[in-house]
Amino acid sequence: MATARLLGASVKRREDPRFITGKGNYTDDLKLPGMTYAAFVRSPHSHARIGTIDTAKARAYPGVVAVFTGKDMTGVNSLPCGWDLRKDKNIPGVVQDLAMVPHMPLSSDVARHVGDPVAVVIADSQDAALDAAELVAVQWEPLPSVTATDRATQPGAAQVHAGAPGNVAFKWELGGGDVDAAFKSADVVVKKRIVNQRLVANAMEPRACVARYEDATGDLTLWVTSQNPHVHRLLMCAFVLGIPEHKVRVIAPDVGGGFGSKIFLYNEEVVCSWATRQIKRPVRWTATRREAYLTDAHGRDHITDAAMAMSKDGKILGLHVKTTANLGAYLSTFGPAVPTFLYGTLLNGVYVMGAIKCEVTGVFTNTTAVDAYRGAGRPEACYVVERMIDAAAAALKMDPADVRKKNFIPKFSGAYQTHVAVSYDSGDYAKAFDRLLQMFDYKKFRAEQTEARKQGRYLGVGFSTYIEACSIAPSKLVGALGAGAGLYESGKVRVHPTGGVTVYTGSHSHGQGHETTFAQLVADELQIPMDQVEVVHGDTGLIPFGMGTYGSRSASVGGTALHMSVDKIKEKGKKIAAHLLEASASDIEYVGGQFQVRGAPGKAVPFGAVALTAYVPHNYPEGLEPGLEETSFYDPSNFCFPFGAHACVVEIDPDTGHVDIVRYVAVDDVGNVISPMIVDGMVHGGIAQGVAQALWEGAVYDDQSGQLVTGSMMDYAIPKADMLPMYETDRTETPTPVNPLGIKGAGETGTIASTPAVMNAVVDALSGLGVDHIEAMPLTPERVWMTLQAAKSKT
Amino acid sequence: MYPAQFEYHKASTVKEALDLLGKYKDEAKLLAGGHSLLPAMKLRLAQPKHLIDIGKVAGLSGVKEEGGTLVIGAMTTHYAIESSALLKSKCPLLPEVAGHIGDPMVRNMGTIGGSLAHADPAADWPAAAIALSADLVAEGPKGKRTIKADDFFKGLLTTALADDEILTEIRVPAAQANVKSAYAKFPHPASRFAVVGVAAVLTMDGGKISKASIGITGAGSKAVRAKGVEAAIAGKAADAASIQAAAEKGADGVDVQPDLQGSEEYKKHLLKVFSKRAIEAAAAKK
Repeated sequence: MATARLLGASVKRREDPRFITGKGNYTDDLKLPGMTYAAFVRSPHSHARIGTIDTAKARAYPGVVAVFTGKDMTGVNSLPCGWDLRKDKNIPGVVQDLAMVPHMPLSSDVARHVGDPVAVVIADSQDAALDAAELVAVQWEPLPSVTATDRATQPGAAQVHAGAPGNVAFKWELGGGDVDAAFKSADVVVKKRIVNQRLVANAMEPRACVARYEDATGDLTLWVTSQNPHVHRLLMCAFVLGIPEHKVRVIAPDVGGGFGSKIFLYNEEVVCSWATRQIKRPVRWTATRREAYLTDAHGRDHITDAAMAMSKDGKILGLHVKTTANLGAYLSTFGPAVPTFLYGTLLNGVYVMGAIKCEVTGVFTNTTAVDAYRGAGRPEACYVVERMIDAAAAALKMDPADVRKKNFIPKFSGAYQTHVAVSYDSGDYAKAFDRLLQMFDYKKFRAEQTEARKQGRYLGVGFSTYIEACSIAPSKLVGALGAGAGLYESGKVRVHPTGGVTVYTGSHSHGQGHETTFAQLVADELQIPMDQVEVVHGDTGLIPFGMGTYGSRSASVGGTALHMSVDKIKEKGKKIAAHLLEASASDIEYVGGQFQVRGAPGKAVPFGAVALTAYVPHNYPEGLEPGLEETSFYDPSNFCFPFGAHACVVEIDPDTGHVDIVRYVAVDDVGNVISPMIVDGMVHGGIAQGVAQALWEGAVYDDQSGQLVTGSMMDYAIPKADMLPMYETDRTETPTPVNPLGIKGAGETGTIASTPAVMNAVVDALSGLGVDHIEAMPLTPERVWMTLQAAKSKT
Repeated sequence: MYPAQFEYHKASTVKEALDLLGKYKDEAKLLAGGHSLLPAMKLRLAQPKHLIDIGKVAGLSGVKEEGGTLVIGAMTTHYAIESSALLKSKCPLLPEVAGHIGDPMVRNMGTIGGSLAHADPAADWPAAAIALSADLVAEGPKGKRTIKADDFFKGLLTTALADDEILTEIRVPAAQANVKSAYAKFPHPASRFAVVGVAAVLTMDGGKISKASIGITGAGSKAVRAKGVEAAIAGKAADAASIQAAAEKGADGVDVQPDLQGSEEYKKHLLKVFSKRAIEAAAAKK
């Protein structure tokens, strides 16, 4: 019986009905007997010494169960930073050791950013907790603060940590080839300052947690909005609270978006987990949106001085990048990894380059901590490379499409060694770009643009031929680069006696659609109906182990672990079937949902019958264990490197500076695809996020007060559907040789590719006036209008 | 709930609301659609002890015509105005402006009276009220009085309403056939409030603009009348050159407040651009 392949089919997401009808089960939905509610007292100052904290009034408030400050939390350690950039750890590229500054769950000496928690009020109701939190009287002694990235290391800047003189968190470098020689031999050197502004993740569901300690057993359960519950458990147990992992269960139920911000271990989860052990009642906390803006890890915030050395015929001879990365007030879980190993390693782009040097200084400021945000380092790298390519093309008076084509790494599969440590897996960069140009009809556009210019209209196109590193990644490699953890994934496949299958994955879905794609994958491989497969994720009590979901790794790493388990199931099934069919296991093949003697479809046992036999092993192979359940851990041999080509067309309103996106065309290559519909959705959402960085989003701190000025959705512009065009998308498929599924990863491509495409388009629109660069984003109407005015006044 | 605790009172009549307001004074806030007040309360920036809900007060909602005057109850929602057949035919500026406010959810809850009385400097209604030379009817313990829209907006979130008064009606003249109007707005990308909003009401005399009434919102600390533009365009032909010349006065008399959306220079420029667009759009209407 020939069944249509599920792999590659656009199956409707099975999780959607419950989300759309309001039947999801989120952390804040959890109701436990004896529940208490936590409210945090936070610093209203960007930088202040903490004097006495008078909690008497709050304690006396009706309904209050307990009030704790940092001084009460004896024996609790600093929140850990999971990426140790230190020379004596043999981490490559370290120029100045990472200052491992403490990050206590509740600050008791100095508050270092607005929103820094200093006390927690726990009460019978959320109302009482919030009311009483206002009664906690903190003696603040405000200190001068520094929030701007480029001012952190200036003489006289406020010092954020005693342990980080001059606010330098670390210095690091990476590169290859002779950069000095490249610049000496260059015909043209292009230098630009490139600011990649700070962003706020803005997941739809704010962070939340419920911690419950069971006095009778000593078990602690933490429900938390996490992208990686096992990592949460490991960090909290091993580093912060010092309680054994086997007594702690972390559950991340339905989670409404993360974009990276829910990877990390946060103060509130630690405080609630600690507090429930003190008061022996469950403690719940849910962030307000205001708290989300102030405390969810922010993203990006780089200032880069880049120089590109070019030959006169348009070849890239060298790239030199000096970046200052703002880490915020504390080291978030993976904060130092983002502007280093997730950034410098991508500066080779999809181009043959003569040499690369990347120097990064991480700095502390009185701002919310910065960590991975959709793309994490790779969007910043892609933005630098793609902006510099266009700036170089302008300097050489060449077409930016031609410069790209001249420099593409030729098609390959297996390995392309870059100057920046990583080796690419497979690529056909010209193919994706050619497809894009074909869909876009580039020649026609340039003719239209010429015509538009004659009418005084400002029409422009921007390209982005990006690469990214995903399916993060080989444990050995990331360990050598400073990671405190391995980055494999587990996948367990349990076949029930009646032939149903439950799949347990260490990946976590918080919008990605794992319940659909993993069911699709396993059902396809077992050739059974999809509704026979259930997917379980997000619970350390049910899943062997897991590293979670980030870095576009679920399908490629988590999916491969499941694929390995399915293979093991099939191998065991063959032994059982061979016994039943009185054949040799080596003669059994698995076809169409049944085990059959090779070439003899009539001699077959269906999958369900084999499953039943495994659990009712009356007639069973000698020495074979009963049961049909397999677990695999997959540790990839390399990252995977998706790529693609995006084009954005904009028209600028010269009266206002408003940028209208006229067209957006995207050709992505994410390797093999399980569900085209889900990949399309990821591409669409990613483009929206990247376009939003180019045009609308940006976290702004007041220079004087250090207050987050864009601290609400009324001030911080996240994209809305009517601000975006209909996307035109297509794919090329270049399978990765890294994993057996050939899947690269799709979660972040859109975000990485789109920001430079929009910026390049705006610059192209203004290029007739001699504009070849705009330093900062977002491209607010004012910024564009001012650029236009300045350019007009020069011509 | 995030707000501080408060007591909720639902008024059925204007008198009942006024009595409650007289009783609780500074401790009370009037609740209309709640789309400005409740967010402030959730952030605990506002912590009224008493909320007096006037959203369901009899007679405060709806649109009617009284002898050439259109009477809009203060509790009429933005959506009710946007979709009113009466207003579409007799005062199309109001439905047009309503369509620019927030999103459908905001328009279903928010009210014209609530917005005017809140006097957010970036709200849309104040520009329309000024351009239409609306009469705003307030009721207090001493009875009713009428406040001209021009005299109503006193400053940032401040109006001519006394503490013991409630805005009950907005009265505008039914438009004559030779009156054309339009609203031109540059919305904030996040809040969709007006970075700049210009409402223009033109009285036409053939191809000439015999009179212009123009309200400006967004750029300053309060909505104002664009007197310079009005004077410059009055009696002129509705052609590009005249409109452009008049629009150059768009920033006159506006205390432009720079913020993240723009410097003083940029916002002054936007005032000119949107003055032009509003007049052009109005003049182009049938």
